[in-house]
Amino acid sequence: MTGDAALTGDGTLDLHVRRHSVDARFILPLRGKTITVLYGPSGSGKTTILRCIAGLDRTNRGHVVMDGVTWDDGLRKHTPSRHRRVGYLFQDHALFPHLTVEANVAYGLPRLPREERRRRVHAALEAADAVSCVGRSVSQLSGGEAQRVALARALASEPRLLLLDEPLSALDAPTRSRLRTELRRMLERSRIPAIIVTHDREEALALADQVVVVIDGDVRQVGPPAEVFDRPTHADVARIVGIETATPAVVADSDAELVHVAIGDLRLTALSTQQPAEPHRPGDQVLVCIRAEDVALELPEKDGSHRSPRNQLPGRVTGVIAEGALVRVEVDAGFRLTAYITRPALDELDLSIGSEVVASIKSPAVHLITRHTAAE
Amino acid sequence: MDWQAIGVSVRLALATTAILLVVAVPLAGWLAFTRRRWPVLVEAVVALPLVLPPTVLGYYVLIALGTQSPFGRWWQEMTGSTLAFTFTGLLIASVLYSLPFAVQPLLAAFQGVPSRLLEASDVLGRGPAGTLVKVVLPLSRAGLATAAVLTFAHTIGEFGVVLMVGGNIPGETRTVSISVYDSVQAFDYGSAGRTSAVLLVFSLVVLTATYALQRRGTRNWARL
Repeated sequence: MTGDAALTGDGTLDLHVRRHSVDARFILPLRGKTITVLYGPSGSGKTTILRCIAGLDRTNRGHVVMDGVTWDDGLRKHTPSRHRRVGYLFQDHALFPHLTVEANVAYGLPRLPREERRRRVHAALEAADAVSCVGRSVSQLSGGEAQRVALARALASEPRLLLLDEPLSALDAPTRSRLRTELRRMLERSRIPAIIVTHDREEALALADQVVVVIDGDVRQVGPPAEVFDRPTHADVARIVGIETATPAVVADSDAELVHVAIGDLRLTALSTQQPAEPHRPGDQVLVCIRAEDVALELPEKDGSHRSPRNQLPGRVTGVIAEGALVRVEVDAGFRLTAYITRPALDELDLSIGSEVVASIKSPAVHLITRHTAAE
Repeated sequence: MDWQAIGVSVRLALATTAILLVVAVPLAGWLAFTRRRWPVLVEAVVALPLVLPPTVLGYYVLIALGTQSPFGRWWQEMTGSTLAFTFTGLLIASVLYSLPFAVQPLLAAFQGVPSRLLEASDVLGRGPAGTLVKVVLPLSRAGLATAAVLTFAHTIGEFGVVLMVGGNIPGETRTVSISVYDSVQAFDYGSAGRTSAVLLVFSLVVLTATYALQRRGTRNWARL
């Protein structure tokens, strides 16, 4: 099930927001994508983009064209929010405190016969799993319930597009992780394309069909979550998606399958299929990105024969930092390399600062981001 | 005791309050939510009666109501009577004089409504008028009560403007404050004292009742 039912035009959202420090543009296919996540650090301009889509803010000489209809041309034309038929879920839910749960949900409904009205309110409450909130005043709702009622209110008016601003951030951690999967299910069921703003990496990974990475008011990368999180195209995208190791290197040679890069005297091998449009050429300056989860540590062989040909890097432990269930181990392997290992593994390896280790990384886990091509 | 004057005062105050609530709600709504800048000028004009001496305001109103002014002439052509020294003329003056006492509490109350709720209403398809009626007014009940009470009380206590515009016609424009003044001028302290006492008790009762209601309102409010 996708949001296709609500789309009648070209099925894309074409947007250019220029406002304060934000200068973001993208053309986003919505057909076949239930959930688009605007992902980036706090203050990067995600909410501004969302507000411009809703019509709560104006683009400044930019544009918002939804499904072939111009909502905002950056100059004179600015369709008011009330005529855009979007559902907007505010971060603090923004339920009307003087109205009951049902009256809140019915607020956006046009004039309808009473029976029809009741039916639609009930259907929306059901779609958002909020039927249990009926008959209560807004002040009696918990955070999670308020969020469901707000979603029901947004769904009731059958919008063409749902916009959710940090929908889960007002909730406590256990409720948040439970509602995350529920939210995805509800949105899939509603068949309305949704755009969700979040700065939470797990939320983006859990919810997104496509991710738009927004940093410093600029769109840095658009793609499916696996691609964005495993193969960031910019160093700053890599930083915010949680790539723990990023170090400059030069491409030594490459063929159809493999790229060999040099980090000083060290050699690493990566798969060359990552950016088929731009094959790596010898001399390219790249950023090697490795996620700490992908780095395995072992002790060096006693006879010193640890130099296996592929991605086995001897090094010295420079830091051991406990981080919850995992331990973050910093290794000087000619460059700073970070590995996550479990606590039992740490004990087994008996690692401490100064220990000799061998770090091994599978080739597919070595991601290369081109900084300067050799041609430049 | 001048019951007739008390009647005129109460009638004037009720009529002024009713008219001002109808006028001030949209005006305050517009002032509170417009994104333009020049409304500060309107705000300043609305607040003028707070700083102008009643005689100055009364003077201008008298001139405007008189048959020398276009408005006064228009009124005379339409109705066949003049405005100066009539209850209607007094009512117009009174509405202008009490305008800030209605607009300012409403403006403060409207501006206190979280903008999130206005945006939510907008996204859900309501225009400015619908949002004002469905969201802003219900959340501004305390402000509405304050505006009504202040307008009523201020009109009851009005003296200078009434003297300038209304004259002193019994049953038409002689209000309580004028009546008391007249009694004192005529050394009729007994009548002045009785009329004053009635006005004092009445005002106190109205204010006490309103503040009591308002306090209960805010207490309910705090839970939301």
